[in-house]
Amino acid sequence: MNMATVYVDNRAYEMDEKQNLLEGCLRLGMDLPYFCWHPAMGSVGACRQCAVKQFRDEKDERGRIVMACMTPAAAGTRISIRDPEAVEFRKAVIEGLMLNHPHDCPVCDEGGECHLQDMTVMTGHDYRRYTFEKRTFRNQYLGPFLNHEMNRCIQCYRCVRFYREYAGGNDLNAFALRNIVFFGRDRDGVLENEFAGNLVEVCPTGVFTDATLKRHYTRKWDMEMAPSVCVHCGLGCNITAAGRYGTLRRLVNRYNGEVNGYFLCDRGRFGYEFVNSERRIRQPLIEGKAVSAEAALARLGELTSGRVIGVGSPRATLESNFALRAMVGADRFFAGISGTEARLLKLMLEVLRGPARTPSLREIEASDAVFILGEDVTNVAPRMALSLRQSVRQQPMEIAERLHIPVWMDHAVREAVQEKKGPLFTASVSATRLDDIAAGTYRGAPDDLARLGFAVAHALNSEAPAPAGLPESARDFVKEAAEALKAAKRPLIVSGASLASAAIIEAAANVAWALAGSMLAFTATESNSMGLAMMEAPALDAAQAAHADTIIILENDLFRRLPEAEQFLERFRHVVVVDYLENATTAKAELVLPAAPFAEADGTLVNSEGRAQRFFQALPPPAPVKESWRWLGSWDKLDDIVEALARAIPPLAAVTRAAPPASFRMSGAKVPRQPHRYSGRTAMLANISVHEPKPPADPDSPLAFSMEGNPDQPPGALQPFFWTPGWNSIQAVNKFQEEIAGPLRGGDPGVRILEAGEGTPRFFEDIPAAFEPRAEEWLVVPLHHIFGSEELSRHAPAVSQLAPPPYIALNPEDAARFGDEAEMLGQRFPLKRLAELPRGVAGVPAGVPPFAGLEFPMWSRILQAP
Amino acid sequence: MPEDRPLTGNMRPDGEALDRAAYERVGGYKGLRKALGGMTPAAVIDEVKASNLRGRGGAGFSTGLKWSFVPATAPHPRYVVANGDEMEPGTFKDRLLVERDPHQLVEGMILAGYATGSDTGYIFLRGEYKLGARRVARALAEAYEAGYLGKDILHSGYSFEIHLHLSAGRYMCGEETGMLNALEGKRANPRAKPPFPPVSGLFGMPTTINNVETLCNVPHIIRNGAAWFQGLSRSKDGGTKLYGASGKVKRPGLWELPMGTTIREILEEHAGGMRDGVRFRGLLPGGASTDFLVEEHLDTPMDFSEVQKAGSRMGTGTMIILDDQTCPVGMVSNLEHFFAQESCGWCTPCWSGLGWVERILKGMEEGRGQPGDLEKLAFQTRFWAPGHTFCALAPGAAEPLQSALKYFRAEFEQHINEKRCPWK
Repeated sequence: MNMATVYVDNRAYEMDEKQNLLEGCLRLGMDLPYFCWHPAMGSVGACRQCAVKQFRDEKDERGRIVMACMTPAAAGTRISIRDPEAVEFRKAVIEGLMLNHPHDCPVCDEGGECHLQDMTVMTGHDYRRYTFEKRTFRNQYLGPFLNHEMNRCIQCYRCVRFYREYAGGNDLNAFALRNIVFFGRDRDGVLENEFAGNLVEVCPTGVFTDATLKRHYTRKWDMEMAPSVCVHCGLGCNITAAGRYGTLRRLVNRYNGEVNGYFLCDRGRFGYEFVNSERRIRQPLIEGKAVSAEAALARLGELTSGRVIGVGSPRATLESNFALRAMVGADRFFAGISGTEARLLKLMLEVLRGPARTPSLREIEASDAVFILGEDVTNVAPRMALSLRQSVRQQPMEIAERLHIPVWMDHAVREAVQEKKGPLFTASVSATRLDDIAAGTYRGAPDDLARLGFAVAHALNSEAPAPAGLPESARDFVKEAAEALKAAKRPLIVSGASLASAAIIEAAANVAWALAGSMLAFTATESNSMGLAMMEAPALDAAQAAHADTIIILENDLFRRLPEAEQFLERFRHVVVVDYLENATTAKAELVLPAAPFAEADGTLVNSEGRAQRFFQALPPPAPVKESWRWLGSWDKLDDIVEALARAIPPLAAVTRAAPPASFRMSGAKVPRQPHRYSGRTAMLANISVHEPKPPADPDSPLAFSMEGNPDQPPGALQPFFWTPGWNSIQAVNKFQEEIAGPLRGGDPGVRILEAGEGTPRFFEDIPAAFEPRAEEWLVVPLHHIFGSEELSRHAPAVSQLAPPPYIALNPEDAARFGDEAEMLGQRFPLKRLAELPRGVAGVPAGVPPFAGLEFPMWSRILQAP
Repeated sequence: MPEDRPLTGNMRPDGEALDRAAYERVGGYKGLRKALGGMTPAAVIDEVKASNLRGRGGAGFSTGLKWSFVPATAPHPRYVVANGDEMEPGTFKDRLLVERDPHQLVEGMILAGYATGSDTGYIFLRGEYKLGARRVARALAEAYEAGYLGKDILHSGYSFEIHLHLSAGRYMCGEETGMLNALEGKRANPRAKPPFPPVSGLFGMPTTINNVETLCNVPHIIRNGAAWFQGLSRSKDGGTKLYGASGKVKRPGLWELPMGTTIREILEEHAGGMRDGVRFRGLLPGGASTDFLVEEHLDTPMDFSEVQKAGSRMGTGTMIILDDQTCPVGMVSNLEHFFAQESCGWCTPCWSGLGWVERILKGMEEGRGQPGDLEKLAFQTRFWAPGHTFCALAPGAAEPLQSALKYFRAEFEQHINEKRCPWK
């Protein structure tokens, strides 16, 4: 970083000369108001809110108004924030923005965490001179996630910039002009982009607000918040979970510079409502009847006195899996996933211990050539797709550099770059949501995709084996992809296990290894898939052979894991399940122990990058609900079990460093979960008792269920919310970063426990034969859906509204012989015609009953529906 | 060609356009032949620089200097865009040029293209100029047919294409960077400068943008030389100028006169003075976005620097005359309504301030003026200062308002005090 001396109000400061003055001032902790600038989206100079006075030199007393966001922090720049004309100008901008604003803060969901409120107060605009009628708009229905209240709009253009330019959506637009610009769709309808939920945070006021929050609304200042980690895929995006009165009210993004940055996907943001589901298990159950915790534990004691096996889960924490493993013995602990999935996870883990580094999402964003092999990233690991969408901007950025356009001058960069994109190649079974930015796409059955991958590897390095007889249609793709990767500075290969193909993973590994310096990212479908893999337990097929009277199943619905779950469970006299939602497996259990889901629990998850991240309770679990590891073991506190598992499982040794221990204090005090404005503490339960209850103790973390504590910035892993005086909205995150859009002060949360190894691995040699369609059978592959494929978010009402019903997808030519429906596995399903699906391949929605739990890929007959 | 009126002297009295043959008969495409026949692009630029041709769109920037901003090493394709989106209220000079002598524009563009090493030209024409569009399209076809456009023009090795694009119709499309966005099919919002269009313009490529009238002068400069062009003028700025007058004058119209002709001459000799029974009160010298001038300024020569000294801008050189039977507040209200309507909605001072000003003025006209209104109006004009806003639209809107507040303050106060418009 080249620092430049910049004078602000006649004091010398050091700023990064590659940044603009707004970034420079904010980084130094100064309060300079802004709207249209966004740390991840740069400057466009629309709102004119960050005006400062710039002086030519020390002698210049007149100066001129400039926009800090549009002015480089060049050495010797002299500006004034306090200059009376600049102060008056910024006040006038707010006055202008507020002319038509409805001033409905008391009934607005944004109230109390509104950037517009904050900036209004900051500029000192406090008297209304506008005496005319305000303009009004008709609002739109935008789907189950977002409410629309256009009258509040201040025309900062952030929403369309995020939605269209950053996230690649095209159904939200700016319509009309002057002071009546309308930001919405051309007609009512569900917003199509998978990242639309970020508008809640991107919008500086209450135009786009969280529709799920509205159903159980609470002000930010009344929420109890904790640092948490998303559980709806394997990326481990950091979130702030916020609750009140025992219910989880909402999630917002928790900035982690290496992982999710400023944005989440909509499954992650809105899937949380499963925690409040009617199907939550809140009491121990014996034979379906509620019993006391004591009775449940007594029964657990009886059932575990004999031969017991434990089945862990990729959606349970390291701690809970370890507690079960410790209880039943390492040799009687099984991974809770199918044999196929276990083998694939193990393979991915081994590959990632090879020479190719597994990148963080920040590194993915910075990659300059991408080859996606076999994955529909948007639907499997959605937030990664948003990062990949930024990666194609890396190479064309050189055009802007050549023209001396700073990277932050967003529209000037886009105008110079136009539609040019860096190379991103996708090979998948069907169309994906990243095809629009792809330099090349290829469709094939899983084996053909693997063959394509092997061919790319061979094109990069002739020592890697080549598939014989690659079709003509693939050759150009192979050549172009290999050339693009070779020419790149930071090439990236993305793959995963979504198609249940080891050959695809091996091919991806060969590509990464064929090109020294490549990064290799694998998706993982569940929040702790990678952590569970690191525990190296055998899979469910091994459990089939185990002899035991009792099976203890941890946070796992085996009906989503095994085609014959029922027969599997029948082999055990006693079935014990520890989980938080009723499902087909709990229905078969003799004893059910009510587990705490993420919002009520502490624990550690390992994401697909190999980053161990700790999450903490936002709500105390309502007794007798408690963390699974508490049900299954006798650890007094989290740190004890973390230390035990770190000792017992060497690859996990570093997880103790995922967050500070419970003993951590700042100036002798804990970190408060409640904000300094937490209100009604003495009143909220006064209808029950006027005595304020003692806050629940928390032996597991340095966080307190209280507003008492140290208000200073804790280490990132303990940051419950972003809020500083004067900055009540989530934009306050600027105040917590070392650099604007850089790491949080003290480092980004989490600890990487998976690093690339030394040495040269041997290329995988086992190239599958080309796919041959069969006469009467189809190769059935899972098609993933951001909304619907993941188990827990299916129980969130907003997400479930967008989940697809079960279907069979076929290539239209294959489908020609069928009508609107077809029969498979003895059931009728609607038939979807997918032009891009290869012939001979059928797609069914992953994770959607009755397809959840099937072993993929499988061959199946598809019949004319009677 | 009448030597003193190169732009309009050859136009047919019957209102039809000059076709290629007629244009060639009066010297058309000789400039192009001369340039391609031996002048380097740098020599063309030098000639235009020496002629003191200043941009006729209103800003008055040196055309030759502008052309020199495209570096010799700049990438291709490079573009030339003719700004014919004549949306400035009271302005109709480019209309005459495209309707009556379209080849003059085509030749000027090819010369601009040659000088800047450009590959493609776009004529961005106001959508309502349907007749002009037909005539330009025909001229382009004729020019292609004659080998003035296309590959290897006149066997010189130089190739240049021109496309005609009709605006969908917004004032902002005439702002040069808004026009680039419009040409790209985007919202006609302005772009940040720097980078300037010669560095990153249309489709991100080096782009030279000139007004129609500016380009129409170029063939004559190349054919007859810079000194001849300078000699046409009565001022430092070279050439003739299309001056116009609208309002309650005896003969509203458009005249090609030496640059630097005084306002009084234009008004009294060419426009015939005020109509009987009305008296002159003031004028906007060059379109709606220029400051009012009044009686005391009538002897100001109409050129870029002299009008500026008088406190306004020559702008497009087409004057709008205010008379004593017309309410100055009503006139300003109408203008600000136009600007408010045409704000693209991008930067706050413009979209919010214009909407407010529009309502205050309308209120005054309807007898709802309030004490304090004038301070609010004056505040907004300061709020719209150049540099405060993203482009020149709001600073342009400030000009008639701020000058009206100066010269017609009593009338504004009368509206507020009497709670009515005295002219109604």
